Amino acid sequence: MKRFIPIALALILVVGLLASCGAPASQPAPPAQPSPSGDAPAPEGDAPAPEGDMPELVIGLFQPATGANGAGGRQESLGTIFANYRHPYVDIGGVTHRVRVEQVDNQSSTAHGPAAAADLVARGIHFVLGSYGSAVSMASSDVFRDAGLIAMGVSCTNPGVTRGNDHYFRVCFLDPFQGQVLASLAANTLNADTAFILSLLGDDYSQGLSNFFREAFEANGGTVIQENFPEGTSDFTAFMNNARAQGAEVIFAPTSVEAAALIISAADIVGVGIPLLAGDTWDSPQVVDAARGRNVEVMVTTFYQEGGAPEWDADFKAWLNANPTQLANNGGTDIIAGFTAMGYDAYMLALDIFHRAGTLDDREAILQATWDTSFIGPVAGLIEFNEYGDARRNTAFVKMVDYRGVWEFYAEQSL
Amino acid sequence: MKKLSSANLITVLLLIVFFISLIVLEQLIAPTDRMNMLLVSLRQGSIFALLAVSMNLLNGFTGLFSLGHAGFMLIGAVTYAIFSIPLAYRDMVYLYYDYVIKVSFPEIFGNLLGGPGMMIGVLISIILAGLVTALIAFLVGLPVLRMRSDYLAIATLGFGEIIRAIIMWQGMGRITNGANPLRMFTRTDSFNITIGGYTFGLITFTLALLSAVGIFIILLLVTSSYGRAFKAIREDEIAAEAMGINLFKHKQLSFCISSFFAGTGGALIAIFMGTVAPIQFRAAMTYEFLLIVVLGGIGSITGSILGAMLFVFASMWWLRGLDSGAFLGLERITIFGVNLGEQVFVSGFRLVVFSVIIMCVVLFFRRGLMGDKELPYYVDKIRSKFKPTPKAGGVDA
Amino acid sequence: MSLYEFVLANLMSGISIGGQYALIAIGYSMVYSILRLINFAHGDVFMLGGLFMVFLAATFPLWVAIPALIILIVALGFTIERVAYKPLRTAPRMSVMISAIGVSYLIQNLALYFTGGLNRMYPNIPWLSDPITVLGVTTRRVTVVTPFLVIALVFALVWLINNTKIGIGMRAAAKDFDTSQLMGIKINSVISMTFVIGSFLAAIGSILFFTSFPGVFPAAGAMPGLKAFVAAVFGGIGSIPGAVIGGLLIGVSETLIRGLDVILGPANLGIISRPLELATFSDAFTFILLIVVLVFKPTGLFGDKPTDKV
Repeated sequence: MKRFIPIALALILVVGLLASCGAPASQPAPPAQPSPSGDAPAPEGDAPAPEGDMPELVIGLFQPATGANGAGGRQESLGTIFANYRHPYVDIGGVTHRVRVEQVDNQSSTAHGPAAAADLVARGIHFVLGSYGSAVSMASSDVFRDAGLIAMGVSCTNPGVTRGNDHYFRVCFLDPFQGQVLASLAANTLNADTAFILSLLGDDYSQGLSNFFREAFEANGGTVIQENFPEGTSDFTAFMNNARAQGAEVIFAPTSVEAAALIISAADIVGVGIPLLAGDTWDSPQVVDAARGRNVEVMVTTFYQEGGAPEWDADFKAWLNANPTQLANNGGTDIIAGFTAMGYDAYMLALDIFHRAGTLDDREAILQATWDTSFIGPVAGLIEFNEYGDARRNTAFVKMVDYRGVWEFYAEQSL
Repeated sequence: MKKLSSANLITVLLLIVFFISLIVLEQLIAPTDRMNMLLVSLRQGSIFALLAVSMNLLNGFTGLFSLGHAGFMLIGAVTYAIFSIPLAYRDMVYLYYDYVIKVSFPEIFGNLLGGPGMMIGVLISIILAGLVTALIAFLVGLPVLRMRSDYLAIATLGFGEIIRAIIMWQGMGRITNGANPLRMFTRTDSFNITIGGYTFGLITFTLALLSAVGIFIILLLVTSSYGRAFKAIREDEIAAEAMGINLFKHKQLSFCISSFFAGTGGALIAIFMGTVAPIQFRAAMTYEFLLIVVLGGIGSITGSILGAMLFVFASMWWLRGLDSGAFLGLERITIFGVNLGEQVFVSGFRLVVFSVIIMCVVLFFRRGLMGDKELPYYVDKIRSKFKPTPKAGGVDA
Repeated sequence: MSLYEFVLANLMSGISIGGQYALIAIGYSMVYSILRLINFAHGDVFMLGGLFMVFLAATFPLWVAIPALIILIVALGFTIERVAYKPLRTAPRMSVMISAIGVSYLIQNLALYFTGGLNRMYPNIPWLSDPITVLGVTTRRVTVVTPFLVIALVFALVWLINNTKIGIGMRAAAKDFDTSQLMGIKINSVISMTFVIGSFLAAIGSILFFTSFPGVFPAAGAMPGLKAFVAAVFGGIGSIPGAVIGGLLIGVSETLIRGLDVILGPANLGIISRPLELATFSDAFTFILLIVVLVFKPTGLFGDKPTDKV
């Protein structure tokens, strides 16, 4: 027994070292390739050199696959993986590079995010995409900065992500904008005077967005009642009763999609009879499923409304349906979420940046190329950056779902 | 430990070699290097080692089954963050509250004394974090330490949750930023030193050194007469009391010192993570440290250090392949039509393997890696194989 | 909605959740009174009850799924005791509790692995999850059914403990573990039976709980588990009526605290002008209650009285 312990320790060390050395050689979590019957990836530009000696552009996909944001993170990743499948080559400085996507699961957690980011960085990536969820993006920001990398937020809407640094950019709109859009929707389109905000304690996204909504709604002369629920709450009937008791005419719930189904079901049980508003996170098949057959009306803002680029939609759906794992990652349906479109555009933008920079590792050139971006995203439109590194976006789509269980286009809101 | 025995001497030499190689490694490995995970794991591992040792002081040496560690770490992390965020950044951090504390020690001393002054400021913030935590632990200890062992466990667990709720409460928002994360305090590159135009990264070294100092102080305490009193309480409270040991006073002392280092460890974790959000510091975090202590051996400081290193290295680095579909080439194996790489090695598998290993240790190797022995004991054992001399003294058991 | 209706809605929801805590608490209480072990894994067994149901109901009709669920959970509770606690019977108590924490860690990580860490929606159980209106308050039927079901189960359990051979064995083992062994009580089967009963009640509790709060995720059992243990301590470890009263008290106080901002707010009593976010303390309050009890009456409310000691 006594002899066993040092031996066991030694064994664990050896196995560990082997594992850590073995890992880098291997491919990333393979984005399950579609069936061979599908069309082969069309190379972009000139005929590529033989696979073996072709230089690589490695894009790090920093997304949650588990935890509170796991569902959304998987959907967003799908967009990037699909983009990589469609466009696997890029011309950098006259040389065709193969593009490889390295993935890591940041577990939606600010505690595990930095270590996951360090792991991703150590795999020799050149660019970062992600993360779904602003908090984990902010927590891991320094890891990318210290490695001299530039990161592109895909759907993290909290202003803090790009403030106070020069390496984090983003392609989506921001919470102040989203809050204004939703407040104007509530006040002007739905004619509400009293709004009930239900947000998650300790959640950057939730607190941030509710604050911006509150400011805009109160500026319109409305009254706001806000309540926060602790993480792990699954009984929302009391909150719904509170909302009704205080005469709210609209409920705004800027929460993660995890809470969405519970809130919708509670609204149905209590019979609140007023519209539920939410931000980009609720753009998810889970919300559609939760609303189906229930007496509720849910409206969300989103980055992209299905049907905006019909050819892309059809192409993506064909790819998605070809593989059950991919379909499961999209929540088991082929409804296209706004994040997926953003994930696609962000990947295409990354290729464009490296193409213009003409280098893989000259940080200044890549940074300059990023600032100079004027790129028309194939799916969700023009991307140009303002002084913070945020894409200038002035339009959000509002879509609605009710007992019929399908997303319907409601309005296109601009400010 | 009257004089430095040769086994202890060798241990000290090993440590010096370790720290020198740490400095060298840090200059050689770039963040984009595959081996950078070694540095990241070492940083986290050494902080976890301090935290595990501080927990071991309480659970292993004094026999108090306390589960409030996460709460105390949170106090330390929040205190450190509050007193370290440069004033210029505070508006970006306290988005929804008017902050009341307008002191940043690293900034004050940095402006006063230049580069090294910042380190003094960081140190002051860390010590302050420990002191605040110890003070609160003292208050918590007043009712809690009179309870029976298992009630103590659940009561300290409860206090951990109460502390978290108080810090998250909006009424505290002007101090703690409520439930919102504190960030933008010390940057990892603020630990760099520039000499003659060449920059030395020292973050790993600094974190490891600070943790080592903490562990050394606990080691001194454990080997002192106080330490013997703690062990007496662990073995038999009634007998200890009969020998004239003031039970409550010694328990309170152990509790406060353990919490002091939980607080400083929390501050170091804050530096490591760059963000402090109360939501991270849940009871589950305490369980992790408890499992580390068990893994290393209850009552062994070396064990806790090794346990922490193994825990961090395995879960952060070595076993990560189990989550992403590639581990030792096993991913190519297909059993019963199930491909290990694609269908088994997906997110979360790492933690499953890990918890199975821990259950095996708990059930079959209850003494953990080191039992209650320390490193000098093994140094002696290995030496005695080469040189058949009688065992040297200075083994603290 | 008037203040009266609001308070009533909260009270009903509190009593219901309190009853569900009580069902879990009985499992903690019985195990603790015999083994002096805080079975940290009990809350996670309860969570697995929810998770198994999600998978079972997806393939089987309910009349198969519910009995299958109960059998699975009972078997799980039995197995955990045999594998993780029985080998440590002679070990120090701290080792057993660490083993319990290890089992809890393992179960949560397994659940994380198999669910991908995503929240799973609990299936609708037809009659139980239908909305009904009682005294002007709309809620689910389960809210009303729970208290009655809990009372019925508790009576059955008290009868079992007082009148059957295994019940006498349990009481004897709780009184004096070593002596009862000398008196010829098969201690292992008594302990197994305790785990079987505890798991059975946890399975029933999980059906009621997750019908009211239909989100199942890996850590879903941790907080209800802790609260249930506090309920057991509050009522006096080993006392079954105590566990029920402790559970009800905790359930009601936590729901009322969640609604306190509204009750005190300008729309109702007008004591406070803006919300204080007291809901932050809804979980912490349970522990404040625990510490107060442990300081002033360490045996709990019913710990001293010779009530139905297990």
